[in-house]
Amino acid sequence: MIKVENLYNTFGHIETAKNIYCHFEQKKVTCILGGSGSGKSTLLKQMVGLGKPTSGKIIFDGQDITTLNRKDMYKLRKKMGMLFQGSALFNSLNIYENVAFPLREHTDLSDNVINTIIKIKLEMVGLRGVEHLMPSQLSGGMTKRVGLARAIVMDPKVVFYDEPTSGLDPIAAGVIDKLIKDLNLKLGVTSIVVSHDVDAALKIADKIIILFYGDIIAEGTPEEIRNSDDPKVIQFINGSPDGPIPFKMTDKDFIEDILDEKI
Amino acid sequence: MATGNPIAAFGRGGLNTLSGIGSAGIFLIHAITQIFSRPFRLRRYIQEIEFLGAKSFLIVFVTAIFTGMVLALQGYYTLSGFGAEALLGVAVSQSIIRELGPVLCALMVAGRAGSATAAEIGIMKITDQVPALEMMAIDPIAFIISPKVLAGIISVPILTGFFDLIGIGGGYLVGVNLLGVNEGAFIGNMVSTVTAHDIWGGFLKSVFFGLIIAWVATFKGYTAKATTEGVAAATTSTVVLSSVLILVVDYILTSMLL
Ligand SMILES: Nc1ncnc2c1ncn2[C@@H]1O[C@H](COP(=O)(O)OP(=O)(O)OP(=O)(O)O)[C@@H](O)[C@H]1O
Ligand SMILES: [Mg+2]
Repeated sequence: MIKVENLYNTFGHIETAKNIYCHFEQKKVTCILGGSGSGKSTLLKQMVGLGKPTSGKIIFDGQDITTLNRKDMYKLRKKMGMLFQGSALFNSLNIYENVAFPLREHTDLSDNVINTIIKIKLEMVGLRGVEHLMPSQLSGGMTKRVGLARAIVMDPKVVFYDEPTSGLDPIAAGVIDKLIKDLNLKLGVTSIVVSHDVDAALKIADKIIILFYGDIIAEGTPEEIRNSDDPKVIQFINGSPDGPIPFKMTDKDFIEDILDEKI
Repeated sequence: MATGNPIAAFGRGGLNTLSGIGSAGIFLIHAITQIFSRPFRLRRYIQEIEFLGAKSFLIVFVTAIFTGMVLALQGYYTLSGFGAEALLGVAVSQSIIRELGPVLCALMVAGRAGSATAAEIGIMKITDQVPALEMMAIDPIAFIISPKVLAGIISVPILTGFFDLIGIGGGYLVGVNLLGVNEGAFIGNMVSTVTAHDIWGGFLKSVFFGLIIAWVATFKGYTAKATTEGVAAATTSTVVLSSVLILVVDYILTSMLL
């Protein structure tokens, strides 16, 4: 369904993708795991054509989206939904209008039908009853769930989730994880989930990709990842501070750095 | 990147400015063509006209009335030296309709609505609302920018019309009611000297100024760096650049109209 080929991306001196290859299968849940700042959001945005990579190809349904013009890209995007890391709700519209927005723009549905769809989608994310609040009146976790309701309101074939459960309490996170899996199993939605949450990824993913500062250090089924004997993978899934993955951003000796007077 | 050669630096600065103007031009053309393509989002246009126009009314009212009043005050003391108080209506109306109405009105709108527009668009960018529109297959320029550009072109001339009327009213108040200039002379001389050309010139200026305000504010906001500092910088430079452009374009238009 989506193939990333020889993707290289850099922002000045930060390399967020170092010639990576990966592929995302249709009707499967693929989780991209990786530390903060490892380039996950950047990769996700480039996979939907928001921002071009420095070089390389991203093949979506046989088309290289890095070369598509606006019109063709928009046609493709009607099959996609995306939950942004910061939810990206329109702060001038209330919750109801935020979720209804794509329907109002792209369909001629009557207000009654729209009303029913909104109720269903908000019920799915456990938020029926907040329709008339403004985004600024919701908590971070609640806006995230509204963002999710909006991402799925047009029933897209592929949904991209950028950290769908970060900032949510364990129960809400569990509901969202289950929702992602249900959408996938019942409606066949291809799902690409960027996450920090190793346990959730092991539970819902068909395939896991571990990204580490622009490199893919592991990929495979949850089973394969769990049983991996690669010390980097073991360290990552156990979250241990010591191991082959340095926690620090620099190799410079800490004491030396403190004593170094130059800033 | 920084080479010591001042000529090269000057050349690079010049090229950057040129490419900046080029991309601002493409941006504007994109926004304007989207005004004419479907779907036409009437509600968005009404919202923006309300924001830029209706909500600027109070500040325009206050500026206009005091401008007219002070013009009458100043004009009276100059004119009465020549025994020409009867021309006060002419002096006030000519300066307001031809010059101060369009310029002051535009400067006030640039300060109030231009800065707010740049900030609003910048924040939409930081919070991923602009990419979210892209994701929903909606052209952000058509959705966000086009209504703002049209609102500028429509609202500023209307506000200028109000400014002219209120300003002349302020002048009348001070001239006739306070300083005792003859009412018939004030109105009569004013009506017989104001020409359609004066009104047309003021109107033309206000259309250009409305376009400048909307163009600068939307472009600065849309191209702001997606950081808090980036948005702050865009807001400031919107007010500075649009004010300077208004004054420069005013000179150019005046020299062409006279
Ligand atoms: N538009 C941009 N311009 C410059 N640098 C950027 C830009 N976007 C991201 N970066 C940098 O690229 C790196 C990767 O960012 P990205 O947001 O993809 O990380 P992430 O894996 O999603 O992190 P997190 O888990 O914290 O969300 C970071 O160092 C970030 O500072
Ligand atoms: Mg991220």
